[in-house]
Amino acid sequence: MAMITADPKDVPHVASFAFTPENLAKAKAVMANYPAGRQASAVIGVLDLAQRQQGWLPRVAMEEVAKLLDMAPIRVYEIATFYTMFQLKPRGKYLLQVCTTTPCWLRGSEGIMKACREAADGKTFSVQEVECLGGCVNAPIVQINDDFYEDLDEASLTKVLDAFRRGETPKPGPQVDRQTSAPVGGPTTLRSE
Amino acid sequence: MLSDKDRIFTNLYGFHDWRLAGARARGAWDDTKAILDKGHDAIIDEMKKSGLRGRGGAGFPTGLKWSFMPKEVKDRPHYLIVNADESEPGTCKDRDILRHDPHLLVEGCLIAGFAMRAHAGYIYVRGEFYNEAQHLIEAIKEAYAAGLLGDNACGSGWKFDLYVHRGAGAYICGEETALLESLEGKKGMPRLKPPFPAGSGLYGCPSTVNNVESIAVAPAILRRGATWFAGLGRPNNTGTKLFCISGHVNKPCNVEEEMSIPLRELIDRHAGGVRGGWDNLLAVIPGGSSTPLLPKSICDTILMDFDSLKNEGTGLGTAAVIVMDKSTDIVKAIARLSQFYKHESCGQCTPCREGLGWMWRVMERMVVGNARIEEIDALQDVTKQVEGHTICALADGAAWPIQGLIKHFRPEMERRIRARTEKLAAE
Repeated sequence: MAMITADPKDVPHVASFAFTPENLAKAKAVMANYPAGRQASAVIGVLDLAQRQQGWLPRVAMEEVAKLLDMAPIRVYEIATFYTMFQLKPRGKYLLQVCTTTPCWLRGSEGIMKACREAADGKTFSVQEVECLGGCVNAPIVQINDDFYEDLDEASLTKVLDAFRRGETPKPGPQVDRQTSAPVGGPTTLRSE
Repeated sequence: MLSDKDRIFTNLYGFHDWRLAGARARGAWDDTKAILDKGHDAIIDEMKKSGLRGRGGAGFPTGLKWSFMPKEVKDRPHYLIVNADESEPGTCKDRDILRHDPHLLVEGCLIAGFAMRAHAGYIYVRGEFYNEAQHLIEAIKEAYAAGLLGDNACGSGWKFDLYVHRGAGAYICGEETALLESLEGKKGMPRLKPPFPAGSGLYGCPSTVNNVESIAVAPAILRRGATWFAGLGRPNNTGTKLFCISGHVNKPCNVEEEMSIPLRELIDRHAGGVRGGWDNLLAVIPGGSSTPLLPKSICDTILMDFDSLKNEGTGLGTAAVIVMDKSTDIVKAIARLSQFYKHESCGQCTPCREGLGWMWRVMERMVVGNARIEEIDALQDVTKQVEGHTICALADGAAWPIQGLIKHFRPEMERRIRARTEKLAAE
């Protein structure tokens, strides 16, 4: 089983955390999705907001979330260490989440993983090996922050990473000539319209 | 081949507008009130007649599942929960529904929610599908603004609210009771059943958890009739199905096809054939990572449906077809799945927490032949001890791929062991 941990030496001390007014409003909106007294349901959503604000989840942010949702802090620590998308230490500007599960592995994720590891400098790029991202017909895939970069090979990955280095945001989705999950060369169905 | 007029997901690839106007032009939300006017039980009956079996993997009849909900709402509200935590390796069909046809799902939620007398629904979307969730949230907003959801949904007099809940990375949350735990703000650890969710689910209230595809096809079934849907595929395996074809094919893709299509036709017609030709095929995992693989000899003739695959000791699962050609290190391919399951075990049950790590370590040794022949039997034995001895089916899903490998590729495993032993002896 996987438990998300961070070596204490990688975790800088953060003295305090407070939501910005904008994020506090968003957090309240997430909480409003659940019945009265069930605000703990919002914990994943509110932790995600904290992580987006801070870039990662320091312990003080978890404690702030616990206070907001009226939860015991341990219940929030549990969530932050159970779900793999929570980052317990600072990371680079772009997080490269490389899928290496069998469907991606069959289509060359080992080379993609190697190239991403080489690119990871901890400042611009951090890298994380992840399990199936759910885009298997567009394998291999790297999720970069919120976007999926699909149908990669080492050459197209290099192009994508170079674009990020220049401060651009390359177009997400397939990096070969195809429409989303349709076959290369055009769909075999739904052509009558 | 399924004709386009029988296809439900007409914007599968996102060539067209996914918003309300586009969805309406394709027939969604067309007089939904008339469907709701049939009444709760009539809708459930029609769903039963259609023969629809759940599209999330287990294949449980959807109409029957809906009928387990209490017939009247007492002190506890009813909930519809949609499982959009799509994470079974090989599977990426719900993603296309969320991003390209979200209104089919939203309309399906209203109808399913109404049928089971729920006034609220939650759609649990895996955290990695951030952009997909944004489309869904936007579609729900549009539906509220057009009066299709809310206090008087579609003018039916029924109040229905729909919410999106994003996960944060945990395969186990695709298990329905783990999903409920996660939705309540806890770690995704499966619950013992009984009580079943229909009796005590979200917040201890009657709840039904359905896969995205099962819900998204409901409006089409109710509009076109159960007979139409039941006329596709084979008896007990009816309707259309989204297939995901990945791995060693020339053109990996998603496609909606008729249930019971021959595997070979599916691959040749839509995915451009196996890389290097059909004779270069080694094996296929037919229904997502949990389903045991099939060697080429069976792939030649097998039909892609629940019963046909079950007869061969595997399953349709999520209909995620993972194709492997003769260049594949088949032991490694399955060992990687063992690593996946070990990583995703929630750690609650001992056979799973300890057994999956053990199985993975032995599988890694099998990859290089660093084992004794008898250890293949020991491995098989442990998978049988793990299977069926845990709260949820994750451990079963970890056991089955290894059992499939031993069943069909034992000679290859033995060959590696002998080759290594001989090499060491020669040195």
